[in-house]
Amino acid sequence: MPTPTDPETPVIEFVDVEKRFGSNTVLKDLNFSVRRGERVTLIGPSGSGKTTILRLVMTLEELTGGYIFVDGEPLTHREKDGKRVAVSAKEQKHLRTRIGMVFQQFNLFPNMTVLENIIEAPIHVLGQSKSEATAKAHSLLEQVGLPDKANEHPMSLSGGQQQRVAIARALAMDPEILLLDEVTSALDPEVVGDVLNILRTVADTTNVTMLIVTHEMSFARDVSHKVMMFDGGRVVEEGAPEKIFSDPTHERTKQFLSAVLRDA
Amino acid sequence: MDWLDQQQQYFETLQNFGPRLWDGFLLTVQLTLVGAALAFVIAVILGLMAGSPNLWLRGPARVIIEFFRGTSLLVQLFWVYYVLPLFGLTLESAFTVGVIALGVNYGAYGAEAVRASLTSVASGQWEATVALSMSWPHKIRRIIFPQAWALMIPSLTNLLVHLLKGSAIVYIVGLNDFNWELDQLRRVTDAWFSYAFIGLIAYFLFALLLTQGMRLLEIRAKHRLGQGPTIREILSPTPKMPIASAHPGSAPLVPGGKAPGGQG
Repeated sequence: MPTPTDPETPVIEFVDVEKRFGSNTVLKDLNFSVRRGERVTLIGPSGSGKTTILRLVMTLEELTGGYIFVDGEPLTHREKDGKRVAVSAKEQKHLRTRIGMVFQQFNLFPNMTVLENIIEAPIHVLGQSKSEATAKAHSLLEQVGLPDKANEHPMSLSGGQQQRVAIARALAMDPEILLLDEVTSALDPEVVGDVLNILRTVADTTNVTMLIVTHEMSFARDVSHKVMMFDGGRVVEEGAPEKIFSDPTHERTKQFLSAVLRDA
Repeated sequence: MDWLDQQQQYFETLQNFGPRLWDGFLLTVQLTLVGAALAFVIAVILGLMAGSPNLWLRGPARVIIEFFRGTSLLVQLFWVYYVLPLFGLTLESAFTVGVIALGVNYGAYGAEAVRASLTSVASGQWEATVALSMSWPHKIRRIIFPQAWALMIPSLTNLLVHLLKGSAIVYIVGLNDFNWELDQLRRVTDAWFSYAFIGLIAYFLFALLLTQGMRLLEIRAKHRLGQGPTIREILSPTPKMPIASAHPGSAPLVPGGKAPGGQG
């Protein structure tokens, strides 16, 4: 029976994960785990399944095979009498509230102000009081450098500002796990640095576990404990960022990095 | 007697006919507004059910929608008026019968507009509600419906005008609506004067009032999503700023799309 094997239970564990879209297998026999507080960056060419991994953890995609454990508990399915059985909606929600995600396209709610975007879920999902959630939201807005934008409309903000609000919104839920899905890909180059600096600060000042998909290799090098190189739905190579970026062993990694870093 | 004299005579007839015609017109207005209110409630309920991931909600909704879209308003009117009493359900007032028939018929059409607009809300918005662990009723009420509302208004406006015109059929269950009174007027004048002149103008003006009212609702709904100017800005005789720049670099043309000339 597949159970978490690591003695100190990993925050995220993938066991024999398989993801198919129709006849197209995106991930196959994927096994890896992430320890508490660890920051892991997934790199690789587009279509290699990196974003799919984040979306599986966020339950935005349905798992077609294998198991994902969060804090040692099954996220989507458990094995029972040799069969894969879906976990209950309640169990899943319980785990999901520990996971936050920041999207490439920000996805702020346009029918709410910046402040309302941030306090909506803490109040209605976590059951915080309005004053508690609002105080926290203001301090988060301060942290992301937008203390005076609380009552603005998200659509009146620039992309970089919207993404910073989206980071504050995700952090307002106090996630154990933060998923960052190409968070700077839709931004103008000149504001990318601001957003990455905020995330560096989050990484330095909290113990939140991060799973990161990015094309910003210097950011990956700075914040991650571990880098995993993907190709064709499999892990080609993994290791400390210093090792992967300066001395990759696998030919595919060398190719990929030389192509990406040439542009940088 | 030449044509002009005849018209003058018709207008004198119209004066005697005025109170009847006005009563008929008011009945048509009431049928339209009450019927539309019922249709809207039915449309929202059926539309949400039809858009739900739960088969036990979606299935029945589809059957009801297809049934009431697929049978004519006239047949439904007869059913409510003549057939339901056979099952022991007699509605005393012909007005109630008319409202119910209009409500279910246009409600079924409206349900499709509601369902379609729910699915037109950008997928990123749905994903953000998952990432924040919002329950289905919560995300629909607070996030998705307010955005879908702006998208569904144009379709609902069309249906509202159809409903106004469709309401003319209720004379068949003995209601003296505007159309019926016009027919009485025709008997003492002629078809041209009664229908093509008085009837056409009155129906047109009422329809115009409805569409303009709905247009204001749409402007307000869009403004709340950060798209376009306020109602006040639209109605102002001297616009203070060009509409396009009311919200600089913001309004996405497509929900979830990138702002034109986006400021990254």
